[in-house]
Amino acid sequence: MMAERLARLKAREQDPKVRAANFEEVCYGFDAQEAQQEASRCLHCKNPRCVGACPVSIRIPEFIAAVKDGDFAGAAAVIAQDSSLPAICGRVCPQETQCEGSCVLGIKGESVSIGKLERFVADWSRENLPAGPAQQPAPGAPKVAIIGSGPAGLACAGDLAKLGYACTVFEALHETGGVLRYGIPEFRLPKDTVLQHEIDNITRLGVRIETDVIVGRTVTVDELMDREGFQAVFIGTGAGLPKFMNIPGENLCGVFSANEFLTRSNLMKAYRDDYKTPVHAGAKAIVVGGGNVAMDAARTALRLGAETTVVYRRTEVELPARVEEVHHAKEEGVRFELLTNPVEILGDEKGWVRAVRCIRMKLGEPDASGRRAPVEIPGSEFEIPTETVIMSLGTAPNPLLARTTAGLEANRRGGLVADEAGATTRPGVFAGGDAVSGAATVILAMGAGRRAARAIDAYLKSRA
Amino acid sequence: MYEILKKEMLTPTVCRMVVEARRLARAARPGQFLIVLNDEKGERIPLTISDYDAEEGTVTIVTQKIGASTADIVGRAVGERFLDVVGPLGNASDFMEMAPEELAAQRYIFIAGGVGTAPVYPQVRWLHAHGVPVDVIIGAKTKDLLIYTEEMRSVCDNLYLCTDDGSEGFHGLVTALLEKLVREDGKRYTRAVAIGPMVMMKFATLTCRKLALPVVVSLNTLMVDGTGMCGACRVSVGGKMKFACVDGPEFDGSEVDFDEAMKRQRQYWDEEQAENAKMGRTE
Repeated sequence: MMAERLARLKAREQDPKVRAANFEEVCYGFDAQEAQQEASRCLHCKNPRCVGACPVSIRIPEFIAAVKDGDFAGAAAVIAQDSSLPAICGRVCPQETQCEGSCVLGIKGESVSIGKLERFVADWSRENLPAGPAQQPAPGAPKVAIIGSGPAGLACAGDLAKLGYACTVFEALHETGGVLRYGIPEFRLPKDTVLQHEIDNITRLGVRIETDVIVGRTVTVDELMDREGFQAVFIGTGAGLPKFMNIPGENLCGVFSANEFLTRSNLMKAYRDDYKTPVHAGAKAIVVGGGNVAMDAARTALRLGAETTVVYRRTEVELPARVEEVHHAKEEGVRFELLTNPVEILGDEKGWVRAVRCIRMKLGEPDASGRRAPVEIPGSEFEIPTETVIMSLGTAPNPLLARTTAGLEANRRGGLVADEAGATTRPGVFAGGDAVSGAATVILAMGAGRRAARAIDAYLKSRA
Repeated sequence: MYEILKKEMLTPTVCRMVVEARRLARAARPGQFLIVLNDEKGERIPLTISDYDAEEGTVTIVTQKIGASTADIVGRAVGERFLDVVGPLGNASDFMEMAPEELAAQRYIFIAGGVGTAPVYPQVRWLHAHGVPVDVIIGAKTKDLLIYTEEMRSVCDNLYLCTDDGSEGFHGLVTALLEKLVREDGKRYTRAVAIGPMVMMKFATLTCRKLALPVVVSLNTLMVDGTGMCGACRVSVGGKMKFACVDGPEFDGSEVDFDEAMKRQRQYWDEEQAENAKMGRTE
């Protein structure tokens, strides 16, 4: 009994050899019986550490108890009190460092599979519960503009709509979802079923979405407030600007930002033959970087037929990507060159990449952040032949809104200056998610969007 | 939204369309561009804005059929709708930011090549309306491929046409005509703007350097989102990496690495040929 309780039930997954050649979801998730079995492992701690470790404090033991009892609709209702995007967070949250990372069972054995349970409840609800009725804001309801339809914006808009505000979400791209649409691949987050359903849930609350509007270009924040009658604005524009290394050869053909590579494949569906946008993975691809985006890019390149190698300057322990993503990438055949850093990209006479010159690294003394800084090993340069290089070195917030909105301040790294509740330096303008923090996680963005919704409500009530 | 209200073939492969796009029409300025997505499975295609009418809520785009996706756009009829039209993108032309006294001191020469003539039009019209002397060179391979000649004539001081085969106007390249105007005809300019095929902008820039004439070029690079997210449009300008979509599209021509830009523009050549073949087209 005790041994049983210490080992978690593994969710079924597509065979690595098969999935390395398709874009269908890797993990099948639990069925009802598996979910109940896994839920029964929860100890229902009096002082549940998992809740404290969840950025939005989902009442985890409570929803797991409902799952155990087979009351899946009840479980969904518990989660819905704190999360607006459970089917997404159940899939892409770094649970191992949050809820699951602090589960008491994890001390001696394996933590409860909280993420997979959350996903099960959300998927079950989608498939079994009727959609809520379509609602409309009351005539004359105060108008709030939400800029960006990623996790922060969707969460903020959903909460404000529930409070009776007339929300319009402005999205720069032609599709909604932000990074959930353009960044995270289909094999981790199915778009038509999971993502679209979560967005439909938000629009059913009465939230309007206008795509193809780049606030700062198509219309400014001032125009929205002065001319279109929006009484408050939430900025959830994320961190979409790719970084490069500033090494020679980065403008060669065949060098892409992970953003470009993934946007072509995910948003523009270049991985499908019937869509026109091209994507070029080549026969051999090198992905530079070690975060979740690097894993997404590597696994996408692999699926597009490239023999793929991730180059990362520290060791496996320091890889910022989720352990599960690294594990999946390895299973599928992605190779890793660790303690290795590119110093130059070499091209052929036609201006295309032919190889990356790298240098071996070792870990030196801990730096200011406490992490051991990678140090070059002199004379250790070597070349890796490749056809493409995908730079996945992180992203920064887009400066457009800070530049075009009077009174809106950004910090040195491009993040908007905002307080805990999301209030920016411009009255009536709030911000949250990656646009403030720099690139982080879906759940932190969702949490920031929800906090800002409460702050906007308080702000508008104080002015009424 | 995005209904095609007017359509006109300017040459056998170049088409002008007036498209409904209300927000965009109100915000557009000379020098900016937009992106058209024809249908769900199409590509996001950056196109220059050749006119805009805030009151009518329309923008005018000029598209040249060069591949599968531009053929889709050119193939649409009046009354149909594009799936998406988004913009305006990029920065407005630098003269929009000039102080009145600086602007008053300028004498402009525009060098327009092929379909690049279309975005020149709103810039010339704006300068003309602000009393700035402005001459225009329009070049094409042959007479039938010259576009926007009448429109341009009505908004500039002097219009010079040139064709590679001599079928209309000056017989030769835009660069030779520019050199003739300055060297032989005694024309004096303070600034040049060159918009057209990358190779034309490269040689226009070289000619301007010889003539000690500052030149601005507008780069038509590959793009996906057009908002600074993907970096497909990156170019080397003054030895630094710039994104044409948000740092441009206009740059000081003398600082642009055109050879690199031309190679990058053909990055998806193989994929494009395959797509064209699939559609039974090989142009």
